[in-house]
Amino acid sequence: MGLERVFADGPAFVPYVAAGDPSYEESLEYVEALERGGADVIELGLPFSEPIAEGSTIQEAVVRSLEAGMTPDRYFEFVEDLDVDVPLVCMTYYNLVAQYTNDETGERGPRAFAERAAEVGIEGFVVVDLPAEEAGPLREACDEFGLDLVFIIAPTTKGDRLEQMREHVSGYVYVQARLGVTGAREDVSDQTEESLARVADWDVPKAVGFGIKTGEHAERIVAAGADGIIVGSALVDIIAAGADGEYPFTETAQRLESKARELKEGALAGAEKRAATEQSD
Amino acid sequence: MSENHEFGAFGGRHVPEPMQEPLAQLADAFETVAKTDEFREEFRSILSTYAGRPTPIYHAENLSERYGAEIYLKREDLLHGGAHKINNAVGQALMAEKAGKSRIIAETGAGQHGTATAMVGALFDLDTEIYMGAKDVERQRMNVFRMRLMGAEVNEVTRGGAGLADAVDAALEDFVENVDDTHYLVGSVVGPDPFPRMVREFQSVIGREAREQFLERTGELPDAAVACVGGGSNAIGLFHAFRDDDVAFYGGEGGGEGSDSDRHAAPLDDGHEDVIHGMKTRVIDDDTEVHSVSAGLDYPGVGPEHAMFREMGRAEYRAITDDEALAAFRALSEDEGIIPALETAHGLAMAKRVAEETDHETILVNLSGRGDKDMETAAEQFDLS
Ligand SMILES: Cc1ncc(COP(=O)(O)O)c(C=O)c1O
Repeated sequence: MGLERVFADGPAFVPYVAAGDPSYEESLEYVEALERGGADVIELGLPFSEPIAEGSTIQEAVVRSLEAGMTPDRYFEFVEDLDVDVPLVCMTYYNLVAQYTNDETGERGPRAFAERAAEVGIEGFVVVDLPAEEAGPLREACDEFGLDLVFIIAPTTKGDRLEQMREHVSGYVYVQARLGVTGAREDVSDQTEESLARVADWDVPKAVGFGIKTGEHAERIVAAGADGIIVGSALVDIIAAGADGEYPFTETAQRLESKARELKEGALAGAEKRAATEQSD
Repeated sequence: MSENHEFGAFGGRHVPEPMQEPLAQLADAFETVAKTDEFREEFRSILSTYAGRPTPIYHAENLSERYGAEIYLKREDLLHGGAHKINNAVGQALMAEKAGKSRIIAETGAGQHGTATAMVGALFDLDTEIYMGAKDVERQRMNVFRMRLMGAEVNEVTRGGAGLADAVDAALEDFVENVDDTHYLVGSVVGPDPFPRMVREFQSVIGREAREQFLERTGELPDAAVACVGGGSNAIGLFHAFRDDDVAFYGGEGGGEGSDSDRHAAPLDDGHEDVIHGMKTRVIDDDTEVHSVSAGLDYPGVGPEHAMFREMGRAEYRAITDDEALAAFRALSEDEGIIPALETAHGLAMAKRVAEETDHETILVNLSGRGDKDMETAAEQFDLS
């Protein structure tokens, strides 16, 4: 059973952070804090120098991590060093997958990347700029090594491309709630229900992301039908403030943990609301 | 099978999901709408009555004497706005209009593409927003004034190195957010598919005219075709019509302090394969700071077709240093009474090298733009005040 399992008993909270932000050691602590706060799956970013889907919050996280020396090989070591039990998903850009080389065998590309990822315990991938029509080789590699391949569907995704994603997706589908780059918002999109409706009959759990910032947002989105919530920028904002010296490192970890708890509790409250309305129907 | 039109191992559509569908639609529109006779006629007509096509070729005899080969100039500097950029801007604005978009955005380095975009924004009555690095706003101020006067909003981009690459990032973000009503009018043969092939289509009028004019004038084809290469649109525009001919291609990149220094913008001469701005291409190395005296060449990547040409050996590319470009800028001004853009001066300096290092006797250079916008830099460099 792949990543679907974590959505089985209640709404899943899926945080994102960039591995190695702002440093290798601090980042290990932060990821562990997210687990303590109630994360069900963690999307762990493997930083790429050209993160064109990201707003400034995550771009800056990527820069901090790269400047501290993060590379794909270091990333895999990082995953090995992490002391967490929840599943990890590697979120990255296709260039790093295509260019990855196994130093021992000399093999290059998606298969080599998937093999190494599986070896360190990664359970799935989200590749932000992987076009569905070019997903074949990575999908095959995922099958070979027992990994899930998550796709992002945007409000603009339709037709053939939507069908191709449906064919290739496993684990969960990442439903992008609105257009634009990543970043925490004051309001959450009312496009959520519409977006969920387009994948309603897919047989994978639906996790909604983009702009979720508070427990209250999480509650609303789960109440609207999401099986999980994905939160990145609101967490990275906490790491950024810590990196800026606004509070000491231990406090950063505590703040992440309590933010995680707020979001997870929001999601749980949303699920109760939904159950209540479904019963009264 | 990939549906993306690639240039050998280069190109593609390496963009996040929200941009995939709009780009697929644009690619369809390009294949269906832009290739109809009706569209072509409208395009041709605007280029002739509004932009000033055809442009002449000019045999620069004084410069020929200086450089030691017969130099012919394709006078794109005489176009409305002062550069080849208008060809592409008209083509894409027509596409945007047909697609029912109400807004166009663009990045600009030298401000020439921003100016061309502002012109078509006024012409087609579209809301126009231009992203320009703060560094370039400073060194190309005249163009900022021109854009604003024509009704475009100019956004100063201060992130990163505050240059052309950062302006592209900002424009891409705007595009991701506003794809519904906005067309991103990309200024060169760069970015995700279909931009490289679409911009090539609209710029290839340069080479088509030049080929015919050159044949008519001399009875043969030139030995070599030469252009400066930023993103590479004026170069592809010139080369395309000669691609199956026995004509050698040379591109002069922004070589800054030299390709062996750590300050240049010459990914073809000294770089590696990478993905940038939605395309697979060549990019300068991480330890190199992007720099060129010319704002329009100050870009870390290059169009994917050039990366392919380089790999196939169809074209040769060299880093032209700031000093070489400035010398050529001065030479053309003094010898012919034509002040080229600083970008274009890199093509002229490349022609000088071709004259000196090869046995090509006739060299056709794309005079991609005029240098009025560079007078402040020139005044400083040459002590003109
Ligand atoms: C006159 C002129 N030539 C050349 C360029 C470089 O662009 P490209 O390589 O796309 O022709 C510019 C860009 O600003 C320009 O203004």
